[in-house]
Amino acid sequence: MEQEAQHNSAVQTTHELSSSKHNDIARPPLVLNKRTMGWISSYVSTIVESKTPLWWYISIAVTSPIALITPLLLIYLVSTGVGVWGNNSPVAWAWDITNFVFWIGIGHAGTLISAILFLTRQKWRTSINRAAEAMTLFAVVCAGLYPLFHVGRVWKVYFLAPIPNSNAIWQNFRSPLLWDVFAVSTYFTVSVLFWYTGLIPDLATIRDRCTTKIKKFFYGILALGWRGGNRQWRHYEMAYLLLAGLSTPLVLSVHSVVSFDFATSVIPGWHATIFPPYFVAGAIFGGFAMVLTIMLPARAIYPQLHDMITPMHIDKMCKVILLTGSIVGYAYLMELFMAWYGANPFERAAFWYRAFGPYWWAYWSMMFCNVISPQVFWFPWCRKNIFAVFIVCMFVNAGMWFERFVIIATTLARDFLPSSWGMFHPTWVDIFTFIGTFGIFGTLFLLFVRFLPMICMFEVKAVLPEANPHYGEDH
Amino acid sequence: MEKITNSKMNMKNSTIAIAGPTQAQLFGLGIEFQSARDLYHAAQKVRDAGYTRWDTYSPFPIHGMDEAMGLQKSWLSALVFIGGLVGLSSALLLEFGTSSFLYPLVVAGKPTNLFTIPAFFPIMFELTILFSALTATFGMFALNGLPRWNHPVFNWDRFMKVTEDKFFIAIEASDRKFSLEETTALLNSLGGSHLTAIHHDAEEKT
Repeated sequence: MEQEAQHNSAVQTTHELSSSKHNDIARPPLVLNKRTMGWISSYVSTIVESKTPLWWYISIAVTSPIALITPLLLIYLVSTGVGVWGNNSPVAWAWDITNFVFWIGIGHAGTLISAILFLTRQKWRTSINRAAEAMTLFAVVCAGLYPLFHVGRVWKVYFLAPIPNSNAIWQNFRSPLLWDVFAVSTYFTVSVLFWYTGLIPDLATIRDRCTTKIKKFFYGILALGWRGGNRQWRHYEMAYLLLAGLSTPLVLSVHSVVSFDFATSVIPGWHATIFPPYFVAGAIFGGFAMVLTIMLPARAIYPQLHDMITPMHIDKMCKVILLTGSIVGYAYLMELFMAWYGANPFERAAFWYRAFGPYWWAYWSMMFCNVISPQVFWFPWCRKNIFAVFIVCMFVNAGMWFERFVIIATTLARDFLPSSWGMFHPTWVDIFTFIGTFGIFGTLFLLFVRFLPMICMFEVKAVLPEANPHYGEDH
Repeated sequence: MEKITNSKMNMKNSTIAIAGPTQAQLFGLGIEFQSARDLYHAAQKVRDAGYTRWDTYSPFPIHGMDEAMGLQKSWLSALVFIGGLVGLSSALLLEFGTSSFLYPLVVAGKPTNLFTIPAFFPIMFELTILFSALTATFGMFALNGLPRWNHPVFNWDRFMKVTEDKFFIAIEASDRKFSLEETTALLNSLGGSHLTAIHHDAEEKT
């Protein structure tokens, strides 16, 4: 008896020791207020199940007419001719490729959160990955429109596909523009697969909870008959791991390939080996800003999300923005340094015109928004203050657009011969087509929030302490 | 195959609930647990009892459950490897088949040969990834038997909570070791609740 008591007290002491040890390095909980699994399901599903709120109708009434502008203007473009856009002879890429690179870059944060943070076991990703992946898809949809119509004769776009045709002509597989076709279409396909695979268990949750027959049918079809058996989870987890492993090099490759469009040319200002890493860092930087731009309002509308998207999540995303923003700032400075150190007069002139030429305002806006503004995130107060975070993110969104405009428009406007210099002025069609893509993005996102679970429920459940099969046991 | 016809069956000290049409064949016996930990320990006991046609059901994948159930690593990765190889060879075939044979192309003064291969890498890489990802997703569907319209476990009303916060074990009647008495006794000893006999759908034949 006595021995047993001694043993027990010994066990208790070690337990206390180990728990106090744990307390020293205690991490903030991933889900606040000790929420249960049932709470997570019912809260996240309620967003889908409850009556459509008024704000949703108002928002979609705003975004969907804006979204309609883009297809209408594209019809106008095709029926009238490419002259309705402001593209001209030196600045042939103009806004189309600027906007393409802008949107495709935004997508990268979603894949980064879902794939790279998964592989590095960053469990805090679980509550934001679903929305970030959805954002990726919608951004790639907006991005894809631009090169599609920038080919000029959109009805001949199948020339890009390697299919036998009556001219017996095949593609040039050594062209960066064709690499881009493969990279972007692969990226979109893999993002859809990854997103849908992640959705299946949560669609099953909604299927099992919903009450009306139509909903049960709809979500039942989408859930594919998922049962949550461990024999299914075994393959499922492997599939998810593999998709994450495949998406990681993919996401790094996509923006690298986009940068090859520029870097493999001989235009001063584009012909630089720094482009792939610089583009990837910029894409992650701009993408995280966009994730916060849409998650902060979502969090404000659904206050209960505060327990899942905690200040810690915002803090970490701000740190990613600070890091990637600093990498981007370094790349800007290194470009300037190389232009000077390389002693190529055309290269030097290109950067001189960027900073002090006719587009100086775009260059300095870019510098301020991308390099200066995220530096406030060194201060913890700025990472904790939602409004400060939101304002910086808006600056970054704008700054990343300016970055692409600077790279494309200023470079093309001033190349080797002064006789071929020119300026680009967007037409009203350019401007409204671009505004319309924000409508498309917003509408798709609103539909997503309304009809699909915004938070990856099963993954959030799996990071709760009681999900551990050894929860509450001494080891 | 044994059949349970009474709406509630009395077995020694416990009762078994019935799920699904009783005139149909028995699919198996199911039992409910309240936590991942209970399910994990119960799975170890079912594994040690030597059953093979059974499964644990949970709202999320439980770490270490494969081992507790005595399952091997998923061989989906092998399928994906093959998918990746198919993707890579399709790209090689597509690029060199067309650029070297069908429509020989000299770009920037360079024909297609060993030294110009790097310019073909991006598309090889993209197609490798594309085919691997398609194999990963659709291979997972195939190995999991998805999509399927229905499954006998869905006849059990309590099972609806499996995607929410409850945990289940079901041992199938088609298991060689299955016997109504012994399996019931084993399941009752696991500390779960709501032991239930699950039936197939009436029209379904096994």
